[in-house]
Amino acid sequence: MTRFPAAPTAARLAALAAALAASAFAAQAADEPVIGLITKTETNPFFVKMKEGAAEAAKAKGAKLLSGAGKTDGDNAGQVTAMENMIAGGAKTILITPSDSKAILPAIKKARDKGVMVIALDSPTDPADGTDALFATDNYKAGVLIGQYAKAALGAKPAKIVMLDLFPGHPVGAQRHNGFLKGFGLAAPDAKTNELGKDAAIVCMADSFGDRAKGQTAMENCLQKAPDVTVVYTINEPAAAGAYNALKKAGKEKGVVIVSVDGGCEGVANVGKGVIAATSQQYPLKMAAMGVEAGVEYAKTGKKVSGYTDTGVTLIAATAVAGVESKDVKTGTDLCWGKK
Amino acid sequence: MDTSKSKLPPIGQLGPFIALFIACAFFAVTTDHFFSGGNLSLILQQVMVVGVIAIGQTLIILTAGIDLSCGMVMALGSIVMTKLVADMGVPVPIAVLAGIGVTALFGLLNGLLVTRIKLPPFIVTLGTYNIAFAITQLYSGAQTVTELPESMTWLGNTFALGSAQVSYGVVLMIALYLGAWFWLRETGAGRHVYAVGNNPEATRLVGIPTERVLLGVYVLAGVFYGVASLLAVARTGVGDPNAGQTENLDAITAVVLGGTSLFGGRGVILGSLAGAVVVGVLRNGLTLMGVSSVYQVLVTGILVILAVTVDQLSRKASR
Repeated sequence: MTRFPAAPTAARLAALAAALAASAFAAQAADEPVIGLITKTETNPFFVKMKEGAAEAAKAKGAKLLSGAGKTDGDNAGQVTAMENMIAGGAKTILITPSDSKAILPAIKKARDKGVMVIALDSPTDPADGTDALFATDNYKAGVLIGQYAKAALGAKPAKIVMLDLFPGHPVGAQRHNGFLKGFGLAAPDAKTNELGKDAAIVCMADSFGDRAKGQTAMENCLQKAPDVTVVYTINEPAAAGAYNALKKAGKEKGVVIVSVDGGCEGVANVGKGVIAATSQQYPLKMAAMGVEAGVEYAKTGKKVSGYTDTGVTLIAATAVAGVESKDVKTGTDLCWGKK
Repeated sequence: MDTSKSKLPPIGQLGPFIALFIACAFFAVTTDHFFSGGNLSLILQQVMVVGVIAIGQTLIILTAGIDLSCGMVMALGSIVMTKLVADMGVPVPIAVLAGIGVTALFGLLNGLLVTRIKLPPFIVTLGTYNIAFAITQLYSGAQTVTELPESMTWLGNTFALGSAQVSYGVVLMIALYLGAWFWLRETGAGRHVYAVGNNPEATRLVGIPTERVLLGVYVLAGVFYGVASLLAVARTGVGDPNAGQTENLDAITAVVLGGTSLFGGRGVILGSLAGAVVVGVLRNGLTLMGVSSVYQVLVTGILVILAVTVDQLSRKASR
């Protein structure tokens, strides 16, 4: 009994195998570029908008978009699994909003070692060079803009500032907080630190966790301490809505300038209603679209993007103030993310 | 009579109230604004949602169960109530009853899975936590429901009592606690809850329908979550699909701080109210002092360990 198949059959089999492999390669190359988008959660309207932007851009550029997310904010394992699945599914570029800026690094390194380009959207990894590039809002600048607005809107009134932050140690929370102080004209830490700056003009600092009800509780407690507050900085628009509710219950909503960050459609509507005086609008759709473009470019030419690209932030206010550039509510509504 | 048995339980029962007293005394001394009618009544308003959820949670924990879905179910109830009114113009009382009906249904689901399919409450409610969250997000489209009629947020309104502004919702919360306390102490059904938590097998052998008691507890808890939904709407003035995310652990913390044993069969429901208020006092007092919220979390954690330790020690003593 011969150990090997007859030579002619073996040669034919080998040729067949080679042909199949070659055609598979050819098919792969002719295929659309595959790009993976991994957000923190599926449900936050910010990420929903990002996914929409990515899907539109992918369709326009003839790319295939795979999308996934963690289950909750902070679910690192879910993001790692999504990344592995997407790479197995042929993704050559991964766009990710990291839930945990440090814990995601090993998975990203594995991906990059395989030749996958990884771009962070909205918030950086720690360190930021863990990814090829970062497309994000300059959160410090977002804070500076609303700080400038608040100072100008306050006019001659004494500055008694309440800061409703996210929670201790969060980089985005620190950047917006410290940016606000800088814009307001107070001594402020720079954009690199995660520490929250303090000043004598701040009469109360409390954590809102970016939540409406918790923001209301934080504002109520601060009002007990500082009933003569004139300015309220809030980390995001749900916290601002909660703060407004607290002020309204105390009958103080008219005399207080509330500023915020995000530019979601609900938030912009609140600017229109006079709940929020001004908000810094950010552009998740742009982040995603730029990410998809970069992914398509990489697939076609092998050229990677690098470094930090500021995706822009615009001040939206119902009433403009002197010396601070802002856009009106209508513009804000046209550009907002979330359901209009 | 075993003297060691009579030594520890009173501390277990009084513990939360002593802790509350100490916390209030501390903040009264160290800050200017804590000890006023206005501030104290504010704290009660701030804890009324978790407070009412904790009533349901206490009942479940008394049966040696636990409910991780309570916060999400509460959020679902708020969304159901508010969307019915805002989108479909349903009259407020009917919408509120429908919301409570939905939360009671989730209670029924939890109860059936625990009693009929015999699944551990932790796993069951972990599952329904996710299901309730998903349904809330889908049904609301992740949109906050605003423009609600006055009658819906009425429980958030306050009346003056001396220098304090007491909200009707707080009055309701206290009334519900007193009612639950009376029910648990004085009625047969209430005592059956303790019995089931203490020793389900012996209780069953004595002829008490343990499955029915358990099922009833979960459904009743669901009703309380529905009431909490309305209180949440009254407090914030909107239906918020992102509400309730931390309320499950907040409620469990209140129950544990209140001296109810996680192993079932022991606890005074009024303790849960004290537990909820202690957390509110810490949050309010530390903000007034200008101390970072990290310390509030630290102190809460230490208090929880203390409370569970006291419970364990008194269990050992009574054996």
